[in-house]
Amino acid sequence: MITFCDIHKSFGANRVLCGMTLEVGAGESMVIIGGSGSGKSVSLKCVLGLVTPDKGTITVHGRDAAAGERDAFLAGFGMLFQGGALFDSLSVWQNVAFRLLRGKLKRPREEARGIALKKLRRVGLRPEVADLFPAELSGGMQKRVGLARAIATDPGIIFFDEPTAGLDPIMSGVINGLIREIVVETGATAITITHDMLSVRAIADKVAMLHDGKVQWTGPVADMDSSGDPYLDQFVNARATGPIRAVR
Amino acid sequence: MMTWLPAFLASVGRAVLGPCAAVGRVTLFAARVLSHLPRPPFYFREFGRQLLQIGYFSLPVVGLTALFTGGALALQIYSGGARFNAEAVVPTVVAIAMVRELGPVLGGLMVAGRVSSSIAAEIGTMRVTEQIDALTTLSTNPLKYLVVPRIAAATVAMPVLAFIGDVIGIMGGFLVGTRRLGFNGATYINNTWDFLEFGDVTSGLVKAATFGFILALMGCYHGYHSGRGAQGVGQATTRAVVSASVLILASNYVLTELFFTS
Repeated sequence: MITFCDIHKSFGANRVLCGMTLEVGAGESMVIIGGSGSGKSVSLKCVLGLVTPDKGTITVHGRDAAAGERDAFLAGFGMLFQGGALFDSLSVWQNVAFRLLRGKLKRPREEARGIALKKLRRVGLRPEVADLFPAELSGGMQKRVGLARAIATDPGIIFFDEPTAGLDPIMSGVINGLIREIVVETGATAITITHDMLSVRAIADKVAMLHDGKVQWTGPVADMDSSGDPYLDQFVNARATGPIRAVR
Repeated sequence: MMTWLPAFLASVGRAVLGPCAAVGRVTLFAARVLSHLPRPPFYFREFGRQLLQIGYFSLPVVGLTALFTGGALALQIYSGGARFNAEAVVPTVVAIAMVRELGPVLGGLMVAGRVSSSIAAEIGTMRVTEQIDALTTLSTNPLKYLVVPRIAAATVAMPVLAFIGDVIGIMGGFLVGTRRLGFNGATYINNTWDFLEFGDVTSGLVKAATFGFILALMGCYHGYHSGRGAQGVGQATTRAVVSASVLILASNYVLTELFFTS
C-alpha cells in the first residue's frame, strides 16, 4: 500500500502540491488525472525520492519512503517515463536489462539478455529489436521498450507517467491493453498519470483527480461518470467552462 | 533623495554573491565526485568507453594543434632571436615551451572545446529527457555512473595526450628548423635533449592532468544542472566550454607559480 499524507511541495513561488492525501491499496491500479501543472508527476517523483516534499509523509507498505536504504527501496519499483527515457548509448536489450547488469540484482550477461528478450516478447517486440539502439525505434516501440524495462525485475510497484502521450490512438490502445494485462498478471500496485480518458477507463481500478495541489475526488472508475463533482465532470467531459479555469 | 542607493547596493551585492555561490556549488559538486571516486561500485566499462571518447578520439585535434604550434614557435623564436644573434636557441626554447606550457595548455583548450561541450550536451540532454531520473529509479547513482567515469577518464587521458602533443610539437619545430631554417638534424635533436629536464616534462603532465579534471568537471557540472529544453542544453554547453577554458588558463598560472617560482 502507498499512502500520501498531507504532501506539500513548492518550486519557488509556485505551489504544486498543497496537502495531497491519497491511499493506493496493494495490487490496485490507481490512475491520477488532472490538468497540466496540477502536480501529478511531482507526486510520483516524491515517492521515488527524485523530489523531496516540503512537508508530509509518504509510506510504502508502512515504511517511510524517505528513510532507509535507497537502492533496496527502489529495487521494488518500476517506472515508465513519459518520453521513454531510454539510454541512447545502450542497445535495446541493455536498456531493458539495465538493472540486471549492475548493482545488487546483477546476473550473468547471457541470463540478463535472456530475461530482456522475454520481457520484450511480453510487450510485443520481436527479438531482432534487441540489438537496435533507441534512436532506431518508433515512438510506440520506444514506449514498449520502456515498459519492458519497467517490468524487467518483476517489481511490486509500477508507475506509468503519461504512457500514451504522443502516440496514435491505435498504439495508445495497444499500450493501455499491455499495461492492464501486466498489472493484472503480476498483481503489482500501479499508479498511472494520464490526461487520456481512454487510458483511464482501460487501466484504472480507482481514479484520483488532482486539482490545486489536492485530491479533488477519488473513487472507483465505475463511479467517475456519476460522481457529481463539478471539477471531475468538467475534466472527464472535456468542457472549457466550469470551475477549472481554461486559461491558467 | 538617494532612492537609487538601495537598488544600486543590491545590484552590487548580487554581482558579488552570484559568482561566490557558483564557486561554492561547483566546489561542492567536485567534492561529491571526489568522495565517490574510491567507493564501489566501479563502472570500468563506462570508464573505458570515456577513455576512448575523451583520449583516443582527441588525438587528431591535439596532434595537429601541437604540430603547427611547434612549427610556428620555431619560426617566431628564430626571427626574434636573430635580433640578438641567438638563433641557435630555437631547439631548446621550442622544447621547453612546448613541454612546460604550450603542449598542456593548448591541448587542454582544444580538448575543452571538443570534450567539455560534448559532455555537457550529452548529460544535459539526459537531464532534459529524464534519463538521469531513470538512472535513479533503476537504483543507479547518476553521479557515480555518468560523472565519475568521465572525470577519471579525462584526468588520466589528458597527460597522455599532452605527452604525445609535446613530442609532435617538438617534431613540428624540428621539421621547420631543419627544412626552413637550415638547422642540422642531429644538432637540433641534441640541443633539444641536452637542455630539457625531467621536471619540465613532469610539470607539464601534472598541469595536463589538472586541466583534464577541470574540463570534464565543467562539462559534467553544467550538463548535470542544465536548464529545460534545447535552449537549456545549448546554454549548458556554452558555459561548460567558456568556464573550462578560463579555469584552465587561471589554473595554469597558479601551477606555473607553484612549479617555477620557488
